[in-house]
Amino acid sequence: MSEWIDVGALDDIAPRGARLVKTPLGCVAVFRTYEDEVFALDNACPHKKGPLAEGIVHGKSVTCPLHNWVISLETGQAQGADEGSVATYPARVEDGRIWLERSFLQMRTAAE
Amino acid sequence: MTQKIIVIGAGMASGRMLEHLFDANADVAVTLFNAEPRGNYNRIMLSPVLAGDQTYQDIVTHDDDWYADNKVITRFGEKIVAIDREAKTVTADNGDVLAYDKLVFGTGSNPFMIPLPGHDLEGVIAYRDLEDTERMMGLEAGQKAVVIGGGLLGLEAAAGMAARGVDVTVVHIMGHLMERQLDEAAGYLLRKALIDKGITVKCAANSKEILGEDGKVKALLLDDGTELPCDLLVMAVGIRPNVALAQEAGLMVGKGIHVDDQMLTSDADVLAVGECVEHDGALFGLVAPLYDQAKVAAQTLMGEEAAFVQKELSTKLKVTGCDLFSAGDFAEADGREDIVFRDPARGVYKRLVIEENRVVGAVFYGDTADSNWFFGLIKDKTDISDMRDTLIFGPAYQGGDALDPMAAVAALPLDAEICGCNGICKGQIVEAIEAGATDLGAVRATTKASASCGTCTGLVEQVLAVTLGDDFQMPAAEPMCGCTDLTHEDVRRLIKSQELKSMAAVMQELGWKTSCGCAKCRPALNYYLLADWPVEYQDDPQSRFINERKHANIQKDGTFSVVPRMWGGITTPDELRAIADAADKYEVPTVKVTGGQRIDLLGVKGEDLPDIWADLNAAGMVSGHAYSKGLRTVKTCVGTDHCRFGTQDSTGLGIKLEKDLWGSWTPHKLKLGVSGCPRNCAEATCKDIGIVCVDSGYQVSIGGAAGMEVKETKLLIQVANEEEVMEVVRAVTQLYREGAKYLDRIWKWMDKVGLDWIKEQIEDLEIRKAAAARFDLSQSIYRRDPWADHVKEKADTYKPMKEIRLEAAE
Repeated sequence: MSEWIDVGALDDIAPRGARLVKTPLGCVAVFRTYEDEVFALDNACPHKKGPLAEGIVHGKSVTCPLHNWVISLETGQAQGADEGSVATYPARVEDGRIWLERSFLQMRTAAE
Repeated sequence: MTQKIIVIGAGMASGRMLEHLFDANADVAVTLFNAEPRGNYNRIMLSPVLAGDQTYQDIVTHDDDWYADNKVITRFGEKIVAIDREAKTVTADNGDVLAYDKLVFGTGSNPFMIPLPGHDLEGVIAYRDLEDTERMMGLEAGQKAVVIGGGLLGLEAAAGMAARGVDVTVVHIMGHLMERQLDEAAGYLLRKALIDKGITVKCAANSKEILGEDGKVKALLLDDGTELPCDLLVMAVGIRPNVALAQEAGLMVGKGIHVDDQMLTSDADVLAVGECVEHDGALFGLVAPLYDQAKVAAQTLMGEEAAFVQKELSTKLKVTGCDLFSAGDFAEADGREDIVFRDPARGVYKRLVIEENRVVGAVFYGDTADSNWFFGLIKDKTDISDMRDTLIFGPAYQGGDALDPMAAVAALPLDAEICGCNGICKGQIVEAIEAGATDLGAVRATTKASASCGTCTGLVEQVLAVTLGDDFQMPAAEPMCGCTDLTHEDVRRLIKSQELKSMAAVMQELGWKTSCGCAKCRPALNYYLLADWPVEYQDDPQSRFINERKHANIQKDGTFSVVPRMWGGITTPDELRAIADAADKYEVPTVKVTGGQRIDLLGVKGEDLPDIWADLNAAGMVSGHAYSKGLRTVKTCVGTDHCRFGTQDSTGLGIKLEKDLWGSWTPHKLKLGVSGCPRNCAEATCKDIGIVCVDSGYQVSIGGAAGMEVKETKLLIQVANEEEVMEVVRAVTQLYREGAKYLDRIWKWMDKVGLDWIKEQIEDLEIRKAAAARFDLSQSIYRRDPWADHVKEKADTYKPMKEIRLEAAE
């Protein structure tokens, strides 16, 4: 049975931006696209653990600020010639609030 | 039976009507009255007469022989004093009563004289006829004239008198010249050109009173108290249809004499043509519609079907050296879009107003060669959607398939100018290619084409391709990124020419293939937009790399470095204490002195940034922009303050420069150095802009770098004082900001445009000052501390949006 956690208002995140949700095990990056979709990913690039939440959001992707890897927000897969992936978690918007499926609290990998 | 026609007024419209009648061998007997003691002359050519380019004889349209040949009874210098429409007779001022079958009004217009106190003084004239022209021609070099009215006629009068050495001042009530025909930008260029001719131009100036002495004009007094002495005052503020006689005769008169499409007045035996008529609510001052009216009136007199239709009008100013054209309607309105092309160096401005894929208005300044073609588009209401991209470049670029630039270049005539900076035509380039210059570098070396500002590089390459065919390998133009096929240069040019002022506009108008760009194009677009439209464009933080979004340098572990500004490398014990306190308080792991003469606090956590900034702000420090594509540091030596070799106050100058330039965004980082003597302790000659002080002044050089490439600066100019240094630096920074590709340092930009071109701009005081002024405008918005702004406005965004504790998680 899935359970959802309210992590904040959609407007807390700028369109084409991201914010962090801090947990005891580390941070999840919550992204908002130009079209107001939201995605939740580990805040660590598969390359060198760059903080994805600080990247530039474009389409349904984010470019890592450290070495410009492009990560799909939908799948967590690195795009183009780069190989690697980060964990993604179910996220949705309801009545202007962002909800994350609580699995993000257990399924976290070792990202900081 | 011969028709008896009496014509009142021997002007251009009635004269053209008579020509049509006689050409058609109409059976008419014409009597022509004219208040002026002469026949028909080409009134619009009075300006060239005034300027001395032509004589009155040159502009006579109908001479005595012509009237005699056509059996016209001329009564020049005589007026009609009464009309009896019942009896169909007119009474001349000598008492003669003459009968007519048809009467034609061509009474023209009267100049409007503003009823200012003193308007009836001797020496206050209009600009309407040969007498007025001769009055102006009577002035001698060095005498003074004031022209009230900055419209077409006023400016022609002013330019004509100025050409005779008269000291002329134009006083115009509106904010810019010729506001009915020109928009503000073209008005500005025109004003500049007139000032170059020695004419003083005062816009937004209200005349209050004309001052006289012994009944003769002495000066014009403005309402701000300015007194403009003059020997002659010319009022050229407009014309009013001359309707007095028609009114007395009981004809329907509004602003002008009412006529229908056949040029008939309210009396079917009375016609009217020219500036005295009002047709469908409109009055007429330009010659083209008057000629149309003349033709219709002639046909009506001959019993033929004809109708006058109002058409689009165009205007050209007849002032030598001011190439100016305007046509149609160019007011801003919903649903209208502009295409604008500016070439400030050549003083060229072109603006097209588009509505529903049709050109409805055009204003050209400086280059009016293609104006007739554009006027045709307006008149014919041509659908321009297929050629919109190249429309502003004129007909030469619409040859063949408009979407293929190669076809356009192939279609260019040999005398078409390719390189505006050096005046190189296609033919010269083709000759050079045929003589063995088979690549861009060789063409550039032999002809100088594209060797200056470089914007025609693409055209030169296309000429190479067209001339050499398969022998020429066209260098692949590298698109900006995967979102577009356009190059950085294309995009910059189109942002300016199409006046694209938002990211959405760029992506929409230039056909971006992605919904919101990518991490490559967005920072570049954000920069281009804020550099080109500092006032209109809103900076977009989400399109900035993290360092510029969070005003700190991201480190490999995701922490940040914080570098407060130390103006010119000078600090104080208090600042150092505050930095030390901040380092303690936020547990900064590394404190390092940078190469730019300041202190770097490395390893600050992202969420602590607003707090550490607030602490540094409280001690009087601001962001050092150590993270920006913008002004970084101005490195200095101690100069004359302490050094026994120093020749100037290099530290003081460095501080002034840094305080002037900080906060500005540039295509890449911008580092300055100021050395107090040629020993160059501030290493100024490997900075983007370096100043080396010498005994006689300051050597300003540009294009240094000490990064992946090491470059020595090249001398731009030597100037005598600090003020000039400041102006040169602001100007060259602005030219770099406006022209360079994003992420090109100054040296790369310099390689593309050429040091010589930059020198020319900087040595031209007018260009230099204008560029510095544009820099100042941008700085009025961007010269502020982003740290303080973020502390105040968005400190929250640096913190996690939510913190979930263990208890809640379980």
